[in-house]
Amino acid sequence: MSVAETHAQDVLVIGAGGAGLRAAIEARAEGATVALVCKSLLGKAHTVMAEGGVAAALGNVEPKDNWKVHFRDTMRGGKMLNNWRMAQLHAQEAPECVHELESWGALFDRTADGRILQRNFGGHTYPRLAHVGDRTGLEMIRTLQDHVIHTGVKVFMECTIYRLLTTGGRVVGAVGYWRESGKPVLFKAKATVLATGGIGKAWQITSNSWEYTGDGHAMALEAGADLLDMEFVQFHPTGMVWPPSVRGTLITEGVRGEGGVLKNSKGERFMFGYIPEMNQGEFAENEAETKEWLRQTELNQAGRLADVTARRPPELLTRDVVAKAINKEVEEGRGSPHGGVFLDIFTQRTPAEIQRKLPSMYHQFKELAEVDITKEAMEVGPTCHYMMGGIRVEADTAAATLPGLYAAGEAAAGMHGANRLGGNSLSDLLVFGRRAGRFAARAAKEMAAAPEVDEGQVDAFVQRMEAPFQRDSGENPFAVHKALQEVMQKYVGIIRSREALQKGLGELTKLKARAANAKAEGTHTFNPGWHMALDLDSMLTVSEACALTALAREESRGGHTRADFPETRPEFGKFNHVIASAAGAMKVRREPLPEMPADLKALIGGK
Amino acid sequence: MADAALPHSAKLQIWRGTPVDGALKEFDVELDPGMVVLDAVLKVQAEQAGDLAVRWNCKAGKCGSCSAEVNGRPALMCMTRMSSLPLDRPVVVEPMKAFRLEKDLVCDVSWNYEVDRKIPPFKPKAPEKDGTWRMSQIDVDRGQEFRKCIQCFLCQDVCHVIRDHEQKTHFAGPAFFVKLAYLETHPLDTEDRRKLVRETAGVGFCNITKCCTEVCPEHIKITDNAIIPLKERVADEYFDPIGKLFERLRAEKAERRRLKH
Repeated sequence: MSVAETHAQDVLVIGAGGAGLRAAIEARAEGATVALVCKSLLGKAHTVMAEGGVAAALGNVEPKDNWKVHFRDTMRGGKMLNNWRMAQLHAQEAPECVHELESWGALFDRTADGRILQRNFGGHTYPRLAHVGDRTGLEMIRTLQDHVIHTGVKVFMECTIYRLLTTGGRVVGAVGYWRESGKPVLFKAKATVLATGGIGKAWQITSNSWEYTGDGHAMALEAGADLLDMEFVQFHPTGMVWPPSVRGTLITEGVRGEGGVLKNSKGERFMFGYIPEMNQGEFAENEAETKEWLRQTELNQAGRLADVTARRPPELLTRDVVAKAINKEVEEGRGSPHGGVFLDIFTQRTPAEIQRKLPSMYHQFKELAEVDITKEAMEVGPTCHYMMGGIRVEADTAAATLPGLYAAGEAAAGMHGANRLGGNSLSDLLVFGRRAGRFAARAAKEMAAAPEVDEGQVDAFVQRMEAPFQRDSGENPFAVHKALQEVMQKYVGIIRSREALQKGLGELTKLKARAANAKAEGTHTFNPGWHMALDLDSMLTVSEACALTALAREESRGGHTRADFPETRPEFGKFNHVIASAAGAMKVRREPLPEMPADLKALIGGK
Repeated sequence: MADAALPHSAKLQIWRGTPVDGALKEFDVELDPGMVVLDAVLKVQAEQAGDLAVRWNCKAGKCGSCSAEVNGRPALMCMTRMSSLPLDRPVVVEPMKAFRLEKDLVCDVSWNYEVDRKIPPFKPKAPEKDGTWRMSQIDVDRGQEFRKCIQCFLCQDVCHVIRDHEQKTHFAGPAFFVKLAYLETHPLDTEDRRKLVRETAGVGFCNITKCCTEVCPEHIKITDNAIIPLKERVADEYFDPIGKLFERLRAEKAERRRLKH
């Protein structure tokens, strides 16, 4: 066998963002031995960039809140394509998971009576997001990291998993390489959890880091697992648009949660004109009412007002709605100088409040854009942010469709349907990270011996990893990546059409040929060009999956918008798209939505 | 915007090499408005040197991955704008020097993770009857300042106890004094770490030159709010008036020296 270094644990967790960390902790607590493998240093994963908060119906600020309202908000936000069982478990277990973080040392912002403070966010009926200023993700990942290092979980940092190993249709581990030495490494496991995050690096304007290359999706598909709902990509409405250096960098929805307003170049608060049919009557219809809402909210959060009676500002509509509205304003010539719109908080809050509630936004703009958000408006526009689709899982156990494989967090699909609510990703990764770890450990416990690894398979993967070094001539992998990002932005972006998607698929075929010819220069030692050559494979796979399902969904719903089918079509609301790999090609099929029980249906109501 | 005066291109001298050998290599980079040093380095990587090793993740000052020394000063490359540097001469980008080099701009920071593991974890007191805790905002404010730490290890890099005196076995470094200060000020924590602070973490080695505070990209007042209170806490237990006097004199001298520079 071509791999000198082998590790064997009961459970292998791939990815050390929130979901991976939470899964590793739980698997270890169940008594399993655990390997936790991540591409970056510990504590640097994407969760660290989450800003606004973690959604959990604690009811600390608004006692009327409970899991049923959270469930309803999540399903409606997801345009009813969510896996109802996941949405239910998520809403029910999120509060307990947040309290658990507090028991591990997290320091959330507090209410006047000393409980966890909660803020408003798009699509959430009540103030629901537990937060720490605008650096909630950092607090969460650090808390989980601080906890995991004392549990006996074996952590492998800066180690990239390349592909999963299967024996007789069961996942038995994975093969990867150390980023520093470039040497291959084999992990044997009785159960494997994919917590590999998203795919946003395939787009040009994105809030995602280099890590978000869809590795988990690609390796799951290749091993024989199903993917689900790959057409649903979330474009966050507020990314930075200027200067070019920071284009796409995230601006937390917390800005709007704290009262921030969106304006076009004419100074109009355009969101009043974009309240969808399903939300008619639920949102403020004029500025006076939004001012009253802000006044009441402040008193309410300070514990001096029991009930907020004013309706919420339309800036707090769900992300899909706001992103499309911004897109339209720009398209119709009412954009800001650099092709976005204006988001201002300075007209709504005092400088001291802004610096206290949104400190990293303040610094980010001051240092990177020379904009003082306590005095000026921010220029914002949509940025590729989150993948609702992903690895198809069983709701209760987080098991993928392939034995021995589990998935949680952004890598998994179903929880968010066609559009994710802000704050639901951080609660998702806790709830389903925990479940994935638990059920992976239990499955491992039931197995007497570790399954055999097919050495031929290992050797074949190692050979594939080596290939970019062995080409005599070839292309710069970074150039191919850049071309891919342009293709996805242009043809599989926020507004899609049959013509564009078909064009995009054609371009992807050409890019596959180019990627197969990408060459690594230099040595195996910490070589990003080589790493990129390998990542291209995964990015092309998820890009194709996204374009194929986007083409098949001839309607507009949540994060998926078709210029040629602008309406939501009820007949498309009855199924999810499943993608499976058959003889190396992707097959898309329709899978009817699981039937929701009547008591839950009743919670959602008429609209 | 200051960027209006940005020249068309700049020269970058990037340290390239392995622990065995290496040198500064010069690259020309076209500039875009708002460009930060990390953009320039990644542009070199994408267009001229595919195997140029550099760590980065968020590119927004939130993850602490892209620590380096820019013109000799420890900084996050993603938060250092090209326009803030003199561009009439090459911008020099080197790896952090307090740690073993892996390759190019990447060094081995694993020692920090070892130190972290040695710190006894958070141990909360019993919760209220409803299973949760009450803490007032004013009591979590202090801890929240320390929790802004993004573990970029720039403070470790600049600290002369680590950098010049190689005291890695007896000294945790400013980053972990910040962590200890978080734990020690946590309203719910019950663990006693004073012995560790004094002995294993070696807080006494710090002579308050405040270099760590100066390089902290999160503007944590490391010396004033973390280290000095930890020293006091230890001193309360192991009272040592003469040592303390020397320490203060040393610090004053260092401060004078610092102000002179």
